[in-house]
Order: sequence, then C-alpha cells, then structure tokens
Amino acid sequence: MMMCKGATRLMSLKQDRRLTFQERLSLRFHLSMCGACRQCDRQFSLLHQLGERFEADLGDATDDQGASPPDSDRQG
Amino acid sequence: MTDERLSDADDTSTASSERMERLAAVRPRLLSFARLHLRDNALAEDAVQEALIAAIEKDASFAGRSGYETWVFGILKYKILDLMRYQKRQGRLQSLDDENDDEAIDRQFRQSGRWQHDARPEHWGNPDKVFENEHFWQVFDACMIALPDNTARVFSLRELMGLSTEEICRELDIRENNCWVILHRARLRLRACLQQGWLKEETA
Repeated sequence: MMMCKGATRLMSLKQDRRLTFQERLSLRFHLSMCGACRQCDRQFSLLHQLGERFEADLGDATDDQGASPPDSDRQG
Repeated sequence: MTDERLSDADDTSTASSERMERLAAVRPRLLSFARLHLRDNALAEDAVQEALIAAIEKDASFAGRSGYETWVFGILKYKILDLMRYQKRQGRLQSLDDENDDEAIDRQFRQSGRWQHDARPEHWGNPDKVFENEHFWQVFDACMIALPDNTARVFSLRELMGLSTEEICRELDIRENNCWVILHRARLRLRACLQQGWLKEETA
C-alpha cells in the first residue's frame, strides 16, 4: 500500500500533469484515510496558486479601476 | 476604431503619464518577482529595467486595454526567460545533476514512509487570508532563497512563471521525469519551510 511519502509524489505530480486513473484512485484512497496528507495536498495547491496570486496583486499598488482577472494560461 | 483614436488623441499624453506613474508604483513588486527567480540583485535590476523600457517603448501597442500591470508583468517574464537563456549559453547555469540530495526530504518522513511527527502538515487556513498576509510572502522569500539554485529555478519556472513541465524541459534540457522529481522535492521543502517559519510564528 502507498505510504505518505509516495502519496506526496502523486500530489505534486497532480499539479503538473493529469494523473492516470490508477494514480488518481490510489491517491484518493490514501487521502481518505490520512489527514496529514490532506493538509499537504492543500499546501501544494496553495503553492500552485502563487504565480497567479502574485500577478493578480500587481495592480493593487496602483489600481483604481479594478484588476482584470489573470489569464489562465497555466497548465495543470 | 478610427473615430475612437481621433477623440482619444488629446488624452494620449495624460494617459501615458498616468501609465508612467503606474510603472513606478509597480516597480518594487516586479523587482521582488525578478529577484525570486534570478536570485541575483543586479540581474533582477537589469531585467526590470529592460522590461520597463520595453513597456514605455511599446506603450502605443498597449492601447488602453485593461490590465496594464499584467501586460508589463508579461514583458518582465519574457525578459527573465531571455536572461536565463543567456546565462545558460554562457555556461553559467549549474548542471542539474548535482542536487540529488534528498536528505532534507527524508527528514520529513519515517523509514516506513509515514510523516515524521514534527513534520506533519498542518492546516494553513483559508488561502485568501494566507495570500493577504505580508509575513507569509516574507517567509516565502526566505524559503525560496534557502532552496538549492536549480531546485528553486525549476519551481519558479513552473509555479511563478507558469511554464508547463514540457516547456521547462525544453528550456533546461532535462527530461520531464527529472523535472517532476525536482518539483516534488521543491514543494516538500517549501511546505516544510513555510510551515516552520510562518505558521509556527503566527501562532506563537
């Protein structure tokens, strides 16, 4: 059975490419049982949003006409 | 289209001076972004300088579309990639093979593959709140600096510059598999560092 370390590999991979059916299944199974890994999964997702967030906040320094939503040209 | 151009002609100089102010205001943020990626103050200054000059030169082509800062940011990202390619041609980028040190990661897990007790991921709270927190970004900065150069570069290309792993492989001449391994390592190190430096202090 997959342990936490292996699960984090899939959580990371998930941010970069589509997981295979088998990978998704084993990750979901592991996450359903492991609270710490569920937090890690959220932390990786948060790291994945950094760039977009940085970009969205750029206009705040000056913006008085409302920032436009950042283009979602990122993969994954 | 032509009518709009004509009626806007009077406002052109006001509009561009307003945009100059916006450039000045956004400059510090651009600089901190460039520093995160290039890990070198002088290079980061160069990249931002070039991006600002290009933005001013191409001001007409921007033509008042929304998201001026985003547009400038796009130019900066392009300049950063350009600088990185130049460094690579000069042979100034470290090869990627010399960072196979997994020790920092192994420290987070027990032999069995389960989390070490003191490394267990904790709840960071609502992402919106996290991102609004100035301290979070300071700690993130410090955690990025603590990463090995290549690990940080690949992470930054992926998560800050928004390149796909396929594009990163092309830029750095590495195999995609290698890229995924590096990103896994980077994310684990960053999450541990952020949790340590930020969450622990926030709740202390």
